[in-house]
Amino acid sequence: MSEVAISLRNVSKKFSANGGPAAVDDLSLDMNKGETVVLVGPSGCGKTTTMKMINRLIEPTGGSIEVDGTDVLAQDPVELRRNIGYVIQSIGLLPHRTIRENIATVPKLVGWDGGRIDKRIDELVEIFELDREFLKRYPSELSGGQRQRVGVARALAVDPPVMLMDEPFGAVDPIVRERLQDQFLKIQEELKKTIVFVTHDIDEAIKMADRIAILNTGGVIEQYATPEEILREPANNFVKQFVGVERGLKRLALTKVADIGTDEGPVVTSSTSAAEAIKEMERLDFHWASVVDDGELKGWVEHSALKRVTNVSDVEPKPFSAYVTGESTLREALDSIVTSRTQVAVVAIEGQRYKGILTLQRISKEILT
Amino acid sequence: MILAQIEDRPLVEWDWINDNRDVVLAKLLEHAQLTFIAVVVGMIISFPLALWAYRHKRVYPPITAVTGTLYTIPSLALFAMLIPYTGLSVLTAEIGLVSYTLLILIRNIVAGLDAVPSDTKEAALGMGFTQRQLLWRVELPLATPVILAGVRVATVTTIGLVTVAAFIGKGGLGHFILLGFDRLFPTALLLGSLMSLLFAVGMDALLVWTERRVTPWARSRTVVTT
Repeated sequence: MSEVAISLRNVSKKFSANGGPAAVDDLSLDMNKGETVVLVGPSGCGKTTTMKMINRLIEPTGGSIEVDGTDVLAQDPVELRRNIGYVIQSIGLLPHRTIRENIATVPKLVGWDGGRIDKRIDELVEIFELDREFLKRYPSELSGGQRQRVGVARALAVDPPVMLMDEPFGAVDPIVRERLQDQFLKIQEELKKTIVFVTHDIDEAIKMADRIAILNTGGVIEQYATPEEILREPANNFVKQFVGVERGLKRLALTKVADIGTDEGPVVTSSTSAAEAIKEMERLDFHWASVVDDGELKGWVEHSALKRVTNVSDVEPKPFSAYVTGESTLREALDSIVTSRTQVAVVAIEGQRYKGILTLQRISKEILT
Repeated sequence: MILAQIEDRPLVEWDWINDNRDVVLAKLLEHAQLTFIAVVVGMIISFPLALWAYRHKRVYPPITAVTGTLYTIPSLALFAMLIPYTGLSVLTAEIGLVSYTLLILIRNIVAGLDAVPSDTKEAALGMGFTQRQLLWRVELPLATPVILAGVRVATVTTIGLVTVAAFIGKGGLGHFILLGFDRLFPTALLLGSLMSLLFAVGMDALLVWTERRVTPWARSRTVVTT
């Protein structure tokens, strides 16, 4: 079906020559082109070791590794590494070089001329929404989040087909991490790189992965499947435990509101008469209705407010304190539902266009199927 | 009695300094030259030894043991020991002076390289730097502040030791200190001491300035937020 980009065959790594347990023992794993594979597991499971064997920062003691059909063990490691993007948790920006020089590192190593490097830096600045001001600054002058973005941009400088990312968003606070993850997902949607991503955080794995390999001590693969499959059918107790409680909630985070249907919900327009609006609410057994003019969501009106007026336009629609969009996850929608007095989430798409409402029953049905 | 003799003369005889301007200048130049050669030669010897010690931790203790022993020999004794072999020559002075720089320089080069964050090295290797590129483009630049700190100490130490080499006739400004003692002549004594002190302070400031110039990244620590 898909083309295999990285193939690990019976790969082993023993750190001490004289016996002792292997860090990675007889691991086989295929990763498809354009796919993000997340290696996740408790510390000591060999996930980082496995990743570093792909660019030979760690030399395997057994087995074979192919990247795009070429045996990496037969290649010059320096040449190999220049063709594989590499991002580590502490980012590893060169502190004595400006941001521009950092991004230009690999292009310079492989001998690009100045014009080509400048052009590529312009592209990356655009893609990563970096501030051009930063280019002439040193890494110590940037915040953690900015440094992470530069680190990823640098790894993409020569547009390598394969990227290795070792907890790339680990060193920043949760809010920044989420933003970086979202940005990277968006970028990856365009770039379609083959990515090996290491993390110890199952939630990050679920969010970033096309497929997750859950590793146990010694690089034993307990399950290799899509996040959805792992949450729906954990292969064994180890996986179940590692994934943790709230499997249902985590699955909600994988589904977008746009992927499931919405319910109709009570809708009135500004020109609706109060009597008709009240009838509409009572028909659906609601005590409020969304005000939608020409498909655009204006706010909501309450049953009681319409009692003494003739038209909906006589009352000012109240703004929604929260509504969800097609891009929101079901988990966000659920949050919106349980925190709203009305117990429903109003869905708007493409800005302010009204789509319908989401109820708890609807979401729960989605999870059970 | 000696003190009385000194007290007989004025503290500073400006006329004498004025009459000996050429000698003062020549001795200052000699002092600078002796210092410069000692630090440069010291660096040339220390650098490969330090790299060796950095790469192979086993050789570090013996290297510091030997250079440490050299460092503890009293300078006057060292010069005296060398005279039968190399005479009252610049070579004798330099052998002594260079010996004293080695321990300081080697220690600082190794410490500077050791302080380079392992993450930075790993990221550089992961991007495809060769070992040689890693050394010249990452490790040495990042070790520069510590290495230059060593050069500062070595330079200031050497400037002080050059005055001792006056006993073998190659002492730069030390010549005046010796003269001052010999003839109980405060002007020469003060001239020699003060000028070598000023020279040391000046060189130290120059090296601090150089360090700032070559490590611009170490200055900027203000974090810009978006």
